[in-house]
Amino acid sequence: MSHSALDSGPAAAGSTAALDPEPGQPKAATAPPVRKRRRSFLPYGLILPAAILELLIHIGPMLLGIWIAFISLTQLNLTNWLNAPFVGLQNFVNGLNPESTIGQAFFSTVGRTLGYTVLVVGFSWVLGMAGAVFLSSNFKGRAVLRTFFLVPYALPAYVGTIAWAFMFNQRDGAVNQILVDTFHLFGDERPFWLLGENSFGAMIVVNVWQLWPFAFLMLMAALQNVPTDVYEAAAIDGASLWQQFRTITLPMVRPANGVLLMVMSLWTFNQFNIPFVLFGASSPKEATLISPLIYQNSFGSWNFGLGGAMSVLLLIALFIASVFYIRMVLPKGADND
Amino acid sequence: MKNPLKVLSAFAATAAMALSLSACGGGSSQASSDTITYWASDQGNSLDDTAAKLKPSLDRFTEKTGVKVQLEVISWTDLYNRILTAVTSGDGPDVLNIGNTWAVTLQETGAFEPVEGELLEAVGGKDRFLKTSWSTGGAEGKTPTSVPLYGLAYNMYYNTKMFKEAGIEKAPTTWDEFVADAKKLTKDTNGDGKPDQWGFTAAGASVSANSHQAFVRGLQNGGTLFDAEGKPTFDSDPQVEGVKQFVDLMATHKVMSPSDAELSQGSQKVDNVINGKAAMMFDQSPLKNFAARDFKDWGVAPIPMMTAGATGDAGTQSHVAGINLSVFKNSDNKANAIKLAAFLTSDEEQVALNKAYSSLPVVTTASSDAAFQTEEVKAKNDALANHSLPMPLIAKEGQMETLTGTAIKNLFAKAATGTVSEDDIRAALKDANNQMAAAQ
Repeated sequence: MSHSALDSGPAAAGSTAALDPEPGQPKAATAPPVRKRRRSFLPYGLILPAAILELLIHIGPMLLGIWIAFISLTQLNLTNWLNAPFVGLQNFVNGLNPESTIGQAFFSTVGRTLGYTVLVVGFSWVLGMAGAVFLSSNFKGRAVLRTFFLVPYALPAYVGTIAWAFMFNQRDGAVNQILVDTFHLFGDERPFWLLGENSFGAMIVVNVWQLWPFAFLMLMAALQNVPTDVYEAAAIDGASLWQQFRTITLPMVRPANGVLLMVMSLWTFNQFNIPFVLFGASSPKEATLISPLIYQNSFGSWNFGLGGAMSVLLLIALFIASVFYIRMVLPKGADND
Repeated sequence: MKNPLKVLSAFAATAAMALSLSACGGGSSQASSDTITYWASDQGNSLDDTAAKLKPSLDRFTEKTGVKVQLEVISWTDLYNRILTAVTSGDGPDVLNIGNTWAVTLQETGAFEPVEGELLEAVGGKDRFLKTSWSTGGAEGKTPTSVPLYGLAYNMYYNTKMFKEAGIEKAPTTWDEFVADAKKLTKDTNGDGKPDQWGFTAAGASVSANSHQAFVRGLQNGGTLFDAEGKPTFDSDPQVEGVKQFVDLMATHKVMSPSDAELSQGSQKVDNVINGKAAMMFDQSPLKNFAARDFKDWGVAPIPMMTAGATGDAGTQSHVAGINLSVFKNSDNKANAIKLAAFLTSDEEQVALNKAYSSLPVVTTASSDAAFQTEEVKAKNDALANHSLPMPLIAKEGQMETLTGTAIKNLFAKAATGTVSEDDIRAALKDANNQMAAAQ
């Protein structure tokens, strides 16, 4: 993204926080005093159910997963896992040893997953943005197209992916019927889409197909907040459509973009459903992502400690990346809301 | 407090949620005592077919004992993971089917009822059962945790019409003859310069079927998957040679369609033989599929060996295949679960069920029934009795299947999209071997 002088103008106007020299502190000092010191229990009471469920559903299993990373959990002690022997960092050593088969697989998979995330999020964002900009102008049939674009997002993920798996089938799939039988591409050889190198591309196609409507939806909502008179003023000044997009649209949707890219990246990095449905329990080597690899280590070879160790590493990496991202990129307007 | 009513309602909401949550958690074990749950493996043409064929037996059971059975048929691709999840959570069915090769692995989890005392008595003691099948119930020297239910063994099934067209008069007995015949059977029938009829078909993406071939082909070449100390030897020369013979059917001899690399279900390869897309396959019980499609042009022969008349390990054609039955230790309903185990292994039900699923009875008295005197059953019986060894009866058998089967699946994928050298095969098996060693 570029940072021309025009960039900061509308963005600053859109967010009062940016004008505030030190958001938060001076605000608290100048704001009228809080009604009463004595606070009602109500807010806590209202949060309580969510907090309990969060503990039960997220935090508990997460802590359990961290614990598993430090014990030797195999089928021998699975039913009595509380008594599984503590092995310290052994699982991490096994998983991270670049000399070992498992370590090599781990490092190459992390690299592949990063590339995958960049590609999927990039394509999804471009498609979503194009769709949102395209549909922000009023024309006949807009509502129909909007609904149509959201179909992949509305379909249950498994149903959509299973349909793709059928379409990518080498012998009878729709993709090869169209590409090979109808258009006679690939010299009439039927390529395999779910085996070997092509499997990586196939997985990206399915993921982008599933993810881009979300980008489209979020960006469309963000674009609703861009006042039309800004565009009118720019047009009078002789700005081209591309200039308008670059200097008005992009900066105006920047806060939404920040959240959108982070959420999509986290989802994609952790992607499990699509490879599992497309390839089954073991993905092709060329298309193994980190979550399926953890699954294979845990359930394929019943080495839950190793799977747990890899999960913990993943958790730490994503946590650091998220904190960094939230502090550096996201707009700091939370205090004012 | 400003508004006690609001506070109260917040509490009430919390309490209601907590209550409904705990109710959810306890749901599955709340089944009434005259109902037991049973997970059956997919022995028919489809999940529905399996359930339909099991229903008369279960109805007879309910009639006899008053116990209702809640049946769930689980596909082979999911069964192992479902059992694993049940074992981990302790929340599973009362009675379940397992692939008999998993018996030792699952025995080690301690999640299944040992076959002794009441359970052993209920199934009528071990002498009723075929020796080979009974031996798969658990590790040697330990109390088994599963009883045999259906017996199976690999044979070669072929399309007789295609054999006749190719001028092949009798089924091949050695591996070389088999490859030569497969080449004769592979041809281009529509004149586009590419073969569309194949000599052999297999589900190249089926992890368990691949691991069975790694086991059998290794033994035929003088190898084993584990040495005497129990260390994995997946990448030993004879093992590499055995796996190479199997993968070469697609990679070198080109008698197996590259499309087979995507088949994950055994029934898909049976379809290939029925449809005349391929002439030969190794399978355990395709007769039910043949019958469902009214396919009559089939023949059966032993799995080819390296030399005709090979004996001992080199004469292995199959693992001791079959399905076992286990009672879940955590069952709230053990008495009734044991009743079902006894019922399903009774002489009458053994005849009825094995007839329906074209498998072999595992109790000797049922074997003499007229239904099991056909040529096909005799071939299967011969393979099971004289040419089969149990898959390694070790705790990590499950991992062994996953690792070797996946390695071969990836090799088929490589063969379908490019070439496979002996070094590729050795490297793939070495990787599997390292992971197996790390898991031990």
